[in-house]
Amino acid sequence: MSGTVLAPMSAAPRGASARLMRRPLALIGIALIALVVAGAVLAPWLAPYPPEAQHFDGLTIEGAPLPPGGAYPLGTDLLGRDLLSRILYGARTSLVIGVVANGMALTIGTLVGLVAGYFRGWIGAVLMRFTDLMMAFPALLLAITLAAIFTPSLWIVAMVIALVNWVQTARVIYTETTALAAREFIAAERALGAGTGRILWHHILPHLVPTIIVWGTLGISTTVLLEATLSYLGVGVQPPTPSWGNIIFENQTYFQSAPWLVFLPGAAILLLALAFNLVGDALRDVLDPTQRGQD
Amino acid sequence: MTRSGAAPAPEIAKAGPVLSVTGLEVSVNTEAGLHPLVTDLSFTLMRGETLAIAGESGSGKSITALAIMGLLPPPAVRLTAGTIRLGTRDLTRLGEAGMRAIRGDRIAMIFQEPMTSLNPVLTIGTQLIEAIRAHQPMSRARARARAVEALGAVRLSEPARRLGQYPHELSGGMRQRVMIAMALALRPEVLIADEPTTALDVTVQREVLDLLRDLQRDLGTAIILITHDMGVVAEMADRVIVMQSGRMVEEGPTPAIFAQPRAAYTRALLAAVPRMGAGAARAAVDLTRNRVLGRPDPARLHGDDAGPVARLEDVRVRFDLKGGVFGRVTHGVHAVAGVSLAIRRGETFALVGESGCGKSTIARAMVGLVPHQGLIEIAGQRLATNDAAALKALRRRVQIVFQDPMAALDPRMRVGEQIAEPMVIHGIGDGDARRARAADLMARVGLSADQAERYPHEFSGGQRQRICIARALALQPDLIIADESVSALDVSVQARVLDLLAVLKRDFGVAYLFISHDMAVVENIADRVAVMYLGQIVEAGSREQVFGDPRHPYTQRLIAAVPVPDPGHRRPPAPRLAGEVPSPVHPRGRGPARRVLHDIGHGHLVAEGD
Repeated sequence: MSGTVLAPMSAAPRGASARLMRRPLALIGIALIALVVAGAVLAPWLAPYPPEAQHFDGLTIEGAPLPPGGAYPLGTDLLGRDLLSRILYGARTSLVIGVVANGMALTIGTLVGLVAGYFRGWIGAVLMRFTDLMMAFPALLLAITLAAIFTPSLWIVAMVIALVNWVQTARVIYTETTALAAREFIAAERALGAGTGRILWHHILPHLVPTIIVWGTLGISTTVLLEATLSYLGVGVQPPTPSWGNIIFENQTYFQSAPWLVFLPGAAILLLALAFNLVGDALRDVLDPTQRGQD
Repeated sequence: MTRSGAAPAPEIAKAGPVLSVTGLEVSVNTEAGLHPLVTDLSFTLMRGETLAIAGESGSGKSITALAIMGLLPPPAVRLTAGTIRLGTRDLTRLGEAGMRAIRGDRIAMIFQEPMTSLNPVLTIGTQLIEAIRAHQPMSRARARARAVEALGAVRLSEPARRLGQYPHELSGGMRQRVMIAMALALRPEVLIADEPTTALDVTVQREVLDLLRDLQRDLGTAIILITHDMGVVAEMADRVIVMQSGRMVEEGPTPAIFAQPRAAYTRALLAAVPRMGAGAARAAVDLTRNRVLGRPDPARLHGDDAGPVARLEDVRVRFDLKGGVFGRVTHGVHAVAGVSLAIRRGETFALVGESGCGKSTIARAMVGLVPHQGLIEIAGQRLATNDAAALKALRRRVQIVFQDPMAALDPRMRVGEQIAEPMVIHGIGDGDARRARAADLMARVGLSADQAERYPHEFSGGQRQRICIARALALQPDLIIADESVSALDVSVQARVLDLLAVLKRDFGVAYLFISHDMAVVENIADRVAVMYLGQIVEAGSREQVFGDPRHPYTQRLIAAVPVPDPGHRRPPAPRLAGEVPSPVHPRGRGPARRVLHDIGHGHLVAEGD
């Protein structure tokens, strides 16, 4: 999770990773994430077919997609492409979006919220009014505009999603930082002569880790689905490159007759979000020194 | 109090037990099983008597009160054995609905913090009238009349107008009176007062205690007074139960407990209570001890650098209040309105006063946490909040220890790191040197070095304050400002921390600015004292001058208000102050009238007027 990358080392109680490993739910989460990463990395070897290949025998006589089973383990889509192969390759896109775009959004949001919340004054006012403006602006419209300006590629889409998604994080971090900055131990630090950088990095950021983790795990599914929406509108990852989101959107009209086309990639998104959620919850507890000895 | 007719005849008031508790056991359900909080507690409360339950934090005294009220926090904490009889009824078998009828009507309770026990969005009147009508069906008009009568009984001025006010419009003492009025409006047989005056200033505490005593005399209510303050016990109680970690260690009539405490714990508790008038004797002992130990002369210790360690000249701190449509500054809170003082090297200078008098604001100004006007000089250097480098350098000379150590420590950082942090900030030594010094400091304040790896929540309150003191010492400052640093601690812990401060003062030659509202503590440890009232000093001088010969009426009132831990010295009710507490808020461009201090001899300064 990018939250832990952000957190300074002093935030981690000694033996945190060992204690993480003792939590069964965290282990399940880690295993699920490993599974998705392995699927994405090993897609060329694991996938039975190339993801873009349209198979003549992948459709029924009437031209309907095939249900799971037989030569196509998870069935085929509208164009007779193998769903398993598309989901495996799609994991690459979705992981990049869910981890990179989401991580970028968290970083921007945390920085803006932290600076605005600690300094208040005119810096805070400018940053937060800008955040409010972004919040009021329809996210989709903004994403479409941005995606239209830049030629859509996976990384551009990730950037666009990050630029749209940091806003909520910034608001929440701002509120928490203002409360933290008023706490007495911050006054104590200032009385010791600690500089702003030190206070922000060593004394405020560690307290924000739980919030960052919660928003990070929530952000996984939001960003993956936003990518799907963008793909659907033609400004996301360009077809025929698969992503979990665009598999759902391409096939949603056939939800009645071929539910697996929506259900299976949907389950993949759910699983990924759940996995990060489990790890995130465990991380939050393990990193909290007051929770020690309660595992 | 001039209510007549309401008072029952004394012989009825003193007849028989009203509440009896036998074999009470309260346990908390933890993962490791049931853990007892109170074990085998039995006592009876007679009609019209005041029973004090005294003990330090964690002794189970508040849990006992909640158990009687049937208000134990479910589901973790519950009553596991024993009976609580009110008259003939066993309250433990009554169930929630039955208890609701008892609470307020026959047993009432007042809590420590009156602001949190009143609903901030409802008027006093609404809350009072509802409490009355919940138990006794009567018309709104009659309940209102009853409420006015109750507020009059607790001596609130203009009771009818108070009904329309909200809790935040009243001062702390007035809010506690409202709580007492609410508790007594229904004439309960038992009143449980859980630390009723702990959050109040001494002069206000005095008035509230007087009030409780008068009401009890008139109404014949039995009172269970829960307190950590042995002075309050001596003043109020007929009988005392001393509790320690969930058990009763001693029970008896108040005079006997104070005169001949049987249990070792009671003796220790009484010995730890700071007493007025003990300061001089203690100083004499200190002097002889120091001569034997060869106390370093502060002046010699610092060579020719003999000037005061801190000097304040006409220091003012004003906070702006904005108002009106355009948010302009309309009023100013004159928190500190022209304070001058000098703290000598190696001395303990005490600043005393009640809440809101500006003493903590001075502390914060002196470490550059709030901007000030006027001159603050630390070790000959002028403190300027706009020069970051100079301010940082000055912070090596002056450090602050706050009231609540839990709030002043970063809960997510190991304490060893926090003690070493000042050295990191100021670039002193390398990692190993800092660790070694942190370990040394921990040893000096009575903690072991292996505790450095722990987090603040793993320590007790007293230990946490030791950590804060160690952190303040890390830079070897010339002056440590202790802002109510022992006020939140239990008396026995408080006594040990004060001893520690005395030892550190001797060993490090550090001076203290000791800020406190507790006259008894100040009288025990201060070399010189300044009394503050509404942002200005009204009296200053040596301890002997201020406590031995208080000249200003405010100083006299403060000293007289301190409860004496001796039941033989019950004082007559204090003369009450007329009207409201004056306010430090003034319209823009105007300020408080400056007090003029006169030297009445040997540096004893006294302000003119009241």
